[in-house]
Amino acid sequence: MPENSAISLKNIHKSFGDLEVLKGIDLQAHEHDVISIIGSSGSGKSTFLRCINLLETPTEGEIWITGEKLALSRGKSGDLESADHKQLAHLRSRVGFVFQNFNLWPHKTLIENVIEGPTQVLGQSKDQAVAYAEELLAKVGLSERKDFYPSQLSGGQQQRVAIARTLAMDPQVLLFDEPTSALDPELVGEVLGVMRDLACEGRTMLIVTHEMAFAREVSNKIMFLHQGQVEEFGSPEQVFENPTSERCREFLSTIY
Amino acid sequence: MFDLRGFGDQLLQGAAITIELAMASLVVGLILGTLAATARLSDNKVAQKIATLYSNVIRGIPELLTVLIIYFGTANLLMAIARQFGYDEYIEIGPFTAGVIALGLTFGAYASEVLRGAIIAIPKGQREAGLSIGMSPVKIFFRIILPQVWKLALPGLGNLFLVLLKDTALVSVVGLHDIMMKTREAVSYSKEPFLFYSAAAFLYLSLTIVSMIFIHYMEKRTNRWGGRA
Repeated sequence: MPENSAISLKNIHKSFGDLEVLKGIDLQAHEHDVISIIGSSGSGKSTFLRCINLLETPTEGEIWITGEKLALSRGKSGDLESADHKQLAHLRSRVGFVFQNFNLWPHKTLIENVIEGPTQVLGQSKDQAVAYAEELLAKVGLSERKDFYPSQLSGGQQQRVAIARTLAMDPQVLLFDEPTSALDPELVGEVLGVMRDLACEGRTMLIVTHEMAFAREVSNKIMFLHQGQVEEFGSPEQVFENPTSERCREFLSTIY
Repeated sequence: MFDLRGFGDQLLQGAAITIELAMASLVVGLILGTLAATARLSDNKVAQKIATLYSNVIRGIPELLTVLIIYFGTANLLMAIARQFGYDEYIEIGPFTAGVIALGLTFGAYASEVLRGAIIAIPKGQREAGLSIGMSPVKIFFRIILPQVWKLALPGLGNLFLVLLKDTALVSVVGLHDIMMKTREAVSYSKEPFLFYSAAAFLYLSLTIVSMIFIHYMEKRTNRWGGRA
């Protein structure tokens, strides 16, 4: 029942030319679910995550966000595109996306990065947005750097600001696309710490990650993708200890 | 220092006109260049073609000819249009207006290439970060992309401005009372070409140096946010 889910995806297909990257994936995320999406590189997990808010246009499929169906129509490229740009912008504002490369805006200070969405998209006053942004920067441990520019921060700090920027929109769902993959090993922990806190708050999260220990610890469901298909789906205990799929077992034995 | 035979004031008046022309052309050129660069990178095939045609045609014509064609052609064109609306008076565009249009068109054509390169150099994640919070493409362009484009394009645009500053001298051929025109008048009265052409060179050089200092200041200012995050 897609109406009751935070996110519901049906039969998502994606092709790049002749290469079919996603071969029909379904996923239901309920409120407070923390779902980690794992798999080897090239399995399509990032592409799948990017299809949810249409950063990538699926070739086939249905997308429901907080019970609302995303209006899609066939575009010139042959992929499905948004049929209603207002609706897309609105639904995107309710789904936070954290990128592998942070994608902070380098010409804006940290506080300016965080208030951009609330003031420009949600129409909040600057004072209101700044007050909340300061609270969020404090939450990710960077309140005393609010007037710094992103280039003055380490990767881990930048990613924490990027998370604060996402939270400023008060999203109903958070999507993380390999949030620690671009970080030096010693900086991974601080970002995972922030994410762990968010999971404890009961936020709905979908996380594409290679951090297996973390996925196992914070998730209530694990999805293993292989060559664009769901090979294994279940609780962390089941997926990590008793995988039914041979490929999943192989994958876990090589990296875990 | 120099005895300018009473033509000093005239030359300074000419310098004021030159500066006004350069600044006005810069504004027109930046707008045209930004529009053309955006059009070339858009999905709209017609807009792409028009922008490419504009930039190639203008870059393929000597600027002196552009000035002459705009000065003599625009009035005719405007009159032809006005006649369609039943307006029969004689229309004239002054040398200053013609100069702004001609130099603005030229600056825009070259600037569109510089700006296009700068827009392409902005990582696509910058745009995606805006999309992901629900920003509209227009807002993303003006608030996220353009400010970063200026930084990348500034050295190239500064260079083009220095060229523009000296190309203003071409507009004297259609009767604009800029530095060049005033100098020629002074030469024909005083019969001292070396003195006055040197004085004109000194004026252009001074304006160029001031521009360079300003461009350097602008580059420093945009550099305050450092390298790519």
